[in-house]
Amino acid sequence: MMKKYIKGFSVHSFLIIMSFLSLFPFLWLISTALKGQNENIFQYPPVLIPQSPTLENFIAAWKQIPFLLYFFNSFVVAAFTVILNLIFSSLAAYPLARMNFKGKNFIFCCVLSTIMIPFQAIMLPVYLIVLKLHLVDSYGIIMGYFGLIFPFAVNAFGIFLMRQAFLTVPKEMEEAAFIDGCSIFNIWRKILLPMTAPTQAVLAIFTFIGSWGEFLWPSIVLTNKSLYTLPVGVNDLQGMFSANWRLIAAGSIISIIPIIIFFIAMQKYFVSGQSEGAVKG
Amino acid sequence: MNTYYKKYIPYLFLLPSFIFLTLFFFIPFFQTIFLSFQDYSNDIYNPVFAGFSNYKLLFSSQEFYTALINTFIFLILAVPILSVLPLIVAVFINQKIRGISIYKVLIYLPVVVSIVVVAIAFKWIYAQEGILNYFLELFHFRPIGWLTDTHFAMLSIAIVTIYKGIGYYMMIYLSALIGVPKELYEAADIDGASPLKKHLTVTVPHIMPVIALVVTVSSISALKVFAEIYVMTKGGPLNSTKTIVYYIYERAFENLDLSMAAAASVVLLLVILIFSIINIIFFEGKRYKL
Repeated sequence: MMKKYIKGFSVHSFLIIMSFLSLFPFLWLISTALKGQNENIFQYPPVLIPQSPTLENFIAAWKQIPFLLYFFNSFVVAAFTVILNLIFSSLAAYPLARMNFKGKNFIFCCVLSTIMIPFQAIMLPVYLIVLKLHLVDSYGIIMGYFGLIFPFAVNAFGIFLMRQAFLTVPKEMEEAAFIDGCSIFNIWRKILLPMTAPTQAVLAIFTFIGSWGEFLWPSIVLTNKSLYTLPVGVNDLQGMFSANWRLIAAGSIISIIPIIIFFIAMQKYFVSGQSEGAVKG
Repeated sequence: MNTYYKKYIPYLFLLPSFIFLTLFFFIPFFQTIFLSFQDYSNDIYNPVFAGFSNYKLLFSSQEFYTALINTFIFLILAVPILSVLPLIVAVFINQKIRGISIYKVLIYLPVVVSIVVVAIAFKWIYAQEGILNYFLELFHFRPIGWLTDTHFAMLSIAIVTIYKGIGYYMMIYLSALIGVPKELYEAADIDGASPLKKHLTVTVPHIMPVIALVVTVSSISALKVFAEIYVMTKGGPLNSTKTIVYYIYERAFENLDLSMAAAASVVLLLVILIFSIINIIFFEGKRYKL
């Protein structure tokens, strides 16, 4: 019995330390952001709990940075990236899971081979193509959004995930629907899609997180500040507030509030082991 | 059942994905290779075929070598810890103790936060008069220029990558640990094995394919490291954190040197291809054995 308590104690201590380390960078940012002008942020020894916490840095950062605009941009880009991924992946996955046609294996191999092509190695030609198609913000805001969304509108990982999900749907259901006179498109829409909803949720959530955090591509294509997504806008804080760490910290904390809320609301999808399919290079 | 759709139907379903994959994967892939054999230096609108001269230039460039070596140093710093530490955390979490899932949520949290914010947070921790140096001085060490000293900058970047990745790989390990048969642990208990020995003789061999997966996946993402470096050091000090992707970025988007950027991209493609092939062979081999 005693042994069990010792074991429980050591497990909890280890995990409490790990959790604290995991939270510490954010706690330290919050602490810095809450310290007013008359509190030294370089104080030795460092103080985690501010003596007279103030929201003035948050207010100042909020006034100087159009966070709502950045939220909106990030949201539009992430939402449409998710929608296109869901539609395109589940469309392409259907014949790959269920139909027989010429070149099926070749096509499937081509799709899977793109997993091995890192975006970083092809981003230069992608940029040239996006320029050629006028999908940049100098051709208007809508085109700017397209340029942020289209290169990530579909990926092999999503197609593969949906194909695996379709393979688990019993064939008899489709046959019955077909005999009842259901068209092939309706079989896909009314039988396969509803039956694979959990997989689509996983795909949607991981695509959303990926798109929301994407930094490299937006920082390459965006020239117009009114189209900045959150990561690009937050990186910009460093230059705007030069070395004013109170404001940089406050701005960084404001920027992560939406994704933290999203994460807490969706936590069962993240930590229930459903993410095993989400292995992505 | 085979004939309930017309012959062209499968292609219709594949069409949207085909268009986007062609535009944003296949064409850029071949264009990268094509560009790497072209010379743009005289006239950017009329490139001439250059054979392997871009590659010759690339491999005679000290800067590219530095970037290549830095990338592998980064990989060696990050990958071993990213393969082992999340496994240890996962083993601790994979127990039937009340309230254990709150730890899962807290340790996973950095994964969902944008790398830019994580990098800014660490930049603040690493500051010359920052909290990390305070603790060093507390234990009578000299303060370190975490991001300004060429000996430490890459290590500091690797720490950020490790921090951001622990939760992600922990979840992969957790889903693998569920598959380890409980009877094996009971047998080890009867033999009087210590917890450490139990995991080394039961857990590790059983999830070896997943460990291999984590090693290759984290290696591939280490080869692609960019955002941390862009936010924290911009490749400095003195190129000590310049990696392949950062080199490509600079060549392509700051110096507009398409040929060199493309040649470096092909090198990156090849290196990642090698890792992917190792991944496939490792996996298939293990799968047949188990």
